[in-house]
Amino acid sequence: MKLSDIFKKKSSSDVAKDRLKLVLVSDRATCSPEIMQKIRSDIIEVLSKYAEIDMAGIDINITQMDTEDNTGKTVPALYANIPIKNMNHTAK
Amino acid sequence: MGEVIVVTSGKGGVGKTTTTANLGTGLAKLNKKVVLIDTDIGLRNLDVVMGLENRIVYNLVDVIEGNCKVKQALIRDKKYDSLYLLPAAQTKDKTSVTPDQMKKLTDELKSEFDYVILDCPAGIEQGFKNAIAGADRALVVTTPEVSAVRDADRIIGLLEANEIGKTQLIVNRLRADMVKRGDMMSADDVIDILAVELIGQVPDDENIVVATNNGEPLVGDNSLAGQAYMNICRRVTGEQVPFLDLEAKKGIFSWFKRK
Repeated sequence: MKLSDIFKKKSSSDVAKDRLKLVLVSDRATCSPEIMQKIRSDIIEVLSKYAEIDMAGIDINITQMDTEDNTGKTVPALYANIPIKNMNHTAK
Repeated sequence: MGEVIVVTSGKGGVGKTTTTANLGTGLAKLNKKVVLIDTDIGLRNLDVVMGLENRIVYNLVDVIEGNCKVKQALIRDKKYDSLYLLPAAQTKDKTSVTPDQMKKLTDELKSEFDYVILDCPAGIEQGFKNAIAGADRALVVTTPEVSAVRDADRIIGLLEANEIGKTQLIVNRLRADMVKRGDMMSADDVIDILAVELIGQVPDDENIVVATNNGEPLVGDNSLAGQAYMNICRRVTGEQVPFLDLEAKKGIFSWFKRK
């Protein structure tokens, strides 16, 4: 980080762009942050029955991915990266 | 066979009606046969923007309900013989018409006109569904604000879901000075976010207010907005026209040109 960056304030149009990009991801996925949080906790709950999960390393998001027919259209997709510390061989 | 174009936006107040009026008038200036349909039943405004409010006898709902023939309800423009308006009803609501009825009407009109242009109401409910039913192309109007761009994104998604062939964007009310100092998103910024083809960028121009006051669309005059709208009309007809430099200041030369 350069010294000049400290004084350079982000322009309001950049703020608008960043906010829009974020809000549109959830709009397009038709999924609110509350629902996302529920999905997240449900997934963790289910997986915890079978494995010990590294809670700090969990990354669950809804993103856009290209459709398989290569028409250039995108569809929402659930992306989940859940590190497992240990498998429970006897389900609780 | 003509083309059915719907002018839509999602958010209200971004300039759908003004765009429709200027698009229609501009295409008529280019010698095209054009009919404008105001589909905002209950809140009609295209008639006043066109300056034709005193000539209304029949309206869209009368045509749909069979109270009159289509030809009887079409109002010819004051200046251009090839331009007509089909006004909305003011005392009915959006449920007076169904998407199937609208499609039938636009299919009938496009056999006789080069362009059938529909002014869509704000929102994504019945009025929107009626307006897009028979559309071959959609022009989405937005302004460089987060609320308008967000709604435009929603509309673009719905247009895709309804398989409207072509969707293009008009960014309205741009202020070059604000864009320059980083306080307004540029048309390119908006395109970057919405990932759709740009067909026009229109400056925020006070001449628009004057034109609306007078009920005479300014398309094709020497104001920046007038030029921007004329360029959009040319692009609609398939011509390649470079985008205007919205920063063009009213220098001393243009001052002399003014009468």
